[in-house]
Amino acid sequence: MSGAALLHVRDVHVQLGGSHILQGVDFDVPVLGVTALLGRNGAGKTTTLRASLGIVPRTGSVSFDGTPLNGLPTFRIILHGIGYVPEDRDVFAGLTVAENLRLAERHAVPPRYDFVFDLFPDLKSRRRQLAGTLSGGQQQMLSIARALLNPARLLLVDEPTKGLSPRLVTETVAALARIAEDVPVLLVEQNLGAVRRLANHAVVMAEGRVVHAGPAGDLLADTDLTRRLLGVSCSHGVPA
Amino acid sequence: MSTIALLAITGIGLGGLYFLVAAGLALIFGLMRVLNFAHGAFLLLGGYFGWLLGAHLFGGAVTITNLQFVSVLIVATLTGAVLGTLTELVLIRPLYRREIAQVLVTVGLTLVIGALVIGIWGADPKPFPTPAWVHHTTRVLGATVPNSRFLLIGAALVVLIALQLFLRHTRYGLIVRAGVENRTMVSAMGIDVRRAFTLVFALGGAIAGLGGALAGVYFGAVSPDLGTVLLIDAFIVVVIGGLGSISGAALAALAVGLLQQFANYYVVGVGDLAIVLLLVVVLLIRPRGMLGAAT
Repeated sequence: MSGAALLHVRDVHVQLGGSHILQGVDFDVPVLGVTALLGRNGAGKTTTLRASLGIVPRTGSVSFDGTPLNGLPTFRIILHGIGYVPEDRDVFAGLTVAENLRLAERHAVPPRYDFVFDLFPDLKSRRRQLAGTLSGGQQQMLSIARALLNPARLLLVDEPTKGLSPRLVTETVAALARIAEDVPVLLVEQNLGAVRRLANHAVVMAEGRVVHAGPAGDLLADTDLTRRLLGVSCSHGVPA
Repeated sequence: MSTIALLAITGIGLGGLYFLVAAGLALIFGLMRVLNFAHGAFLLLGGYFGWLLGAHLFGGAVTITNLQFVSVLIVATLTGAVLGTLTELVLIRPLYRREIAQVLVTVGLTLVIGALVIGIWGADPKPFPTPAWVHHTTRVLGATVPNSRFLLIGAALVVLIALQLFLRHTRYGLIVRAGVENRTMVSAMGIDVRRAFTLVFALGGAIAGLGGALAGVYFGAVSPDLGTVLLIDAFIVVVIGGLGSISGAALAALAVGLLQQFANYYVVGVGDLAIVLLLVVVLLIRPRGMLGAAT
């Protein structure tokens, strides 16, 4: 997997508030497909994404397409071509949908409004609505649209189906599947149904370390392994 | 009736001054969560550099032309902007996420600049140059109102409208509004939020510098304690209005100015007490202030 990797994460440690959250995380994200970052609650998945982007202080090394990202501020890492969809969406509630998207525009890069409105037509008709008044699913779409307004070479998506109704989970997964045809995705997800539908590769974390990496299909097909690593069987929580 | 009109208009004028002093504080805290105690220093130096221009370039005249007065206001505004920019770049930027250190360094800057002002220009108040019309009065509803109060009201309105236009219709305004909600996410969208921090400090300093000059107009002079005296009022206004809210600061400044003026008229000397009581009541009823966002 490392031979054609886009994102290399090596020996990453994170200490927050006296806790050693990440304890030497190693994995690669291939240039194609969806890589699911899995694990039980508190395994360090979200922290791994945030550490990769420099949002939380870390040691170790992270490189993107051969470029070391160590020491770079978050905005510079993002400008290398990484889109980030955070856990809990983090849309700007006091800004309209249009303003949330306008904020994502970059100098000298034509914004892809046609692309994102084609992907999420509902956002187009709600451009003047305050983002804080959108439903959870609409906020998730806005959060993804924001990350895709500029051409991204890698998308980091953190629990996109969290808290959504089954219908919205299906819609969100369908949108991500469409996005993944063009852009590699590193996906943190608890819903194994969504993982089954989307993921080509799986990286499993436990207690701040990577404990398994390999094809997602192999992991999900092995009920014992899935139960041991994730605490659930692969049939649990399938939305569609 | 004329007394009520006089108290109301002068109260609104005082509120205008409070808003000019508090707006920059609210803006800086809103985006950066920095309690900027150096704001009083921005204001003080703005006022003194305005006075210096009048004292040296205009022959020390207390009465100057409108054009000269505009240049005094511009110099005061630029002084505040430059000091704000330097403060952010040199003192605040290395101390992000170290709130106690930020408070200490900004308090220290205020003390140093206050001492420098006394060391260079002495402790005596300096008469502030203004055009002749500022010393005159205008009759409104039977009340004789000093024109300086109209000047303060006009300046506060201009600053309020300009700030709202900046926040609503410019990209940096958008970044500031988003940054007030979640600056980490602003960075995670590829935006250098530090540039917005510097801009906000410059803008806050500029408004404080203008406020310093207009405080000189209001009091008729600038003195070394100008910054510390008004900084206390500004913090009260910002807390009552809601930390980080410009509209809240405007409403609170109006309320504080009117309350102080009326209270002082009906019971001499209780204006400051009335403001503190208003602060207590607002914090008890609405701890996040009049228009502050929930945390």
